[in-house]
Amino acid sequence: MPDCLTGELPFRLVGGLSTGGVYALIAIGYTLVYGVLQLINFAHSEVFMSGVLAGAVVIGALAPDGATSQAQGAMFLVAALIPAMLASGTLAVVVERVAYRPLRRRGAPRLAYLISAIGMSLFLSYAVQVWRGVNPEAYPTTLRAQAVLQIGGVRVFNKDLIIIVAAIAMVVALEAFIRRTRTGRALRATAQDPEAAALMGVNIDRIITVTFFIGGLLAGAAGLLFGMAFGRTQWNIGFLPGIKAFTAAVLGGIGSIRGALAGGLFLGLMENVSAGCFGTQWRDVVAFVLLVVVLMVRPTGIFGEGT
Amino acid sequence: MTGTRSFIESVSGRRVLVVAAIVIVALLPLVTDAYQQDVLTQAASFALFAVGLNVVVGLAGLLDLGYVAFWAIGAYTMAIFSGSGPLQFAHLNVWAILPLGIVLAMLTGVVLGIPVLRLRGDYLAIVTLGFGEIIRITASNLDGITRGARGIPSIPHPQIAGFDFGNSPTPYFYLTLAMLIIAVFLINNLNRSRVGRAWVAIREDETAAEAMGINTFQMKLWAFAFGASTAGIAGVINASRTSFVSPNSFQIIVSILVLCMVVLGGMGSMVGPIVGAAAIVIIPEALRDFVPAGVRFMAFGGILVVMMVFRPGGLLPSRRVAAEQRGIGVAGEEKTGVEGADA
Repeated sequence: MPDCLTGELPFRLVGGLSTGGVYALIAIGYTLVYGVLQLINFAHSEVFMSGVLAGAVVIGALAPDGATSQAQGAMFLVAALIPAMLASGTLAVVVERVAYRPLRRRGAPRLAYLISAIGMSLFLSYAVQVWRGVNPEAYPTTLRAQAVLQIGGVRVFNKDLIIIVAAIAMVVALEAFIRRTRTGRALRATAQDPEAAALMGVNIDRIITVTFFIGGLLAGAAGLLFGMAFGRTQWNIGFLPGIKAFTAAVLGGIGSIRGALAGGLFLGLMENVSAGCFGTQWRDVVAFVLLVVVLMVRPTGIFGEGT
Repeated sequence: MTGTRSFIESVSGRRVLVVAAIVIVALLPLVTDAYQQDVLTQAASFALFAVGLNVVVGLAGLLDLGYVAFWAIGAYTMAIFSGSGPLQFAHLNVWAILPLGIVLAMLTGVVLGIPVLRLRGDYLAIVTLGFGEIIRITASNLDGITRGARGIPSIPHPQIAGFDFGNSPTPYFYLTLAMLIIAVFLINNLNRSRVGRAWVAIREDETAAEAMGINTFQMKLWAFAFGASTAGIAGVINASRTSFVSPNSFQIIVSILVLCMVVLGGMGSMVGPIVGAAAIVIIPEALRDFVPAGVRFMAFGGILVVMMVFRPGGLLPSRRVAAEQRGIGVAGEEKTGVEGADA
């Protein structure tokens, strides 16, 4: 048995779930937009990046030198959560207005959406580069790593626990929103049959805006959590998590919210365990290979395509 | 006015224009300084690149975001087969490596194409993007073959009949220009053949094309292979010009930059991507002292969005592609979910 599958495995599993939680929250944005528009929002990685950045700006403004105690750190995180979510949510809506809506009005082919989305992504990431500079910035410290739980000899750290719990809680809340509320029902109707939904009085444009906004909110939350755990931010920080979250959405079956959660956690686990086996320099390749293999073998995702 | 127009649109008129344009471009190194010649050579190299991507994106309608990988294949073929890297199994010269680079790039295109070309458009985009990253990361991890992130230096320059190309950009400019002319000539012929018509059919409605008896998979594979070939050539020439390859040159941004050239010039048009490449290499160079790099890339992103929203056919549109991009005569299936509802 190689080392990576014995001694250190439990630690890697916990770390994997926490990485996966971030992927899951971003993946939901891809999945929601795909459900309604059948297109991949390539600019979603920049929506996520704006959440990372907004969190850094807010916490940095509250305490330029970082938190002095764990309690204060937790307070900063809570205070930065809403601004980070709103920043990403708003940006997602702006992306839809600028890059997608005019094409939608014209009935442009799919290729046009993809190119426009890539343009948007390039524009946003370099705008942040111009604003914040090329080099990585340290994320203002909030919580210090501390073991809070002991499960069968494995210590679980506070940050990992927060991410895992937050990801699951948000998915549950989102599911409830989509199942129970009027807007949620309109969203499901639009995903099933936009034409019929429009005839039933659903304002499609509003639903699309709401879809982008919700996806943005979750990506913003993911951004803050990622910043907290990862400890730095940079203009291009959205790229890798973005593409991996997309992989997660495909793994879980694009269009499905629970699938996005499952896919995210699964990808996080795979990545962390294989990083232990092959070395961290191959970590990103694992995700890409997994993506290619899943798309070839089972494009509807491991758990099947759903709503 | 009508006289000029009909001259441009007549076959012989166009030939005269093309020849005149080639002559003017070929004379440019005589009236420019060394720095400008270097920029021109880069522009020509990117034009070769853009012409290939145009086959994939513009003609076949497949969005390839990992296009830079084929460039990397060409460049590493040059580095490894010239014996500049740690592996010393071959010491070929540039002229032998050039066809080898083309073949290897095309082969990579086919090997990548076989699994991914069955995927739908947006999946294809992201898988090719992933593939581009895999090639780059692999190149920086395989220390024993590529020297990893340190890159491979001292790649030999080409020689022809005792004349060494050396470090001056002009010989490479003419070599690239020659390759460009050959590539455009071949692609133009291909585009007017059965293959070209098949690509149009696939772009407009893949299902209908399949029903008409077109082997869509094979045609898409052709597009991928041809597209890859020019990137392979550009890779070989570029590696021997700069004498150096490193994985750092093959970032995803290069693929997007080339896409930007194709989109700006006009997807599916023969001249468009060349003009787009020239514009995107030369204009930022000219503004270099006034515009920081970040702003430049913001502008490239902006160009992609603005072109798609306001002028989807590009600056020099192919009439057919422009009509498609406006959404005229495009089958409903090609469209995304909702616009049927709010039309």
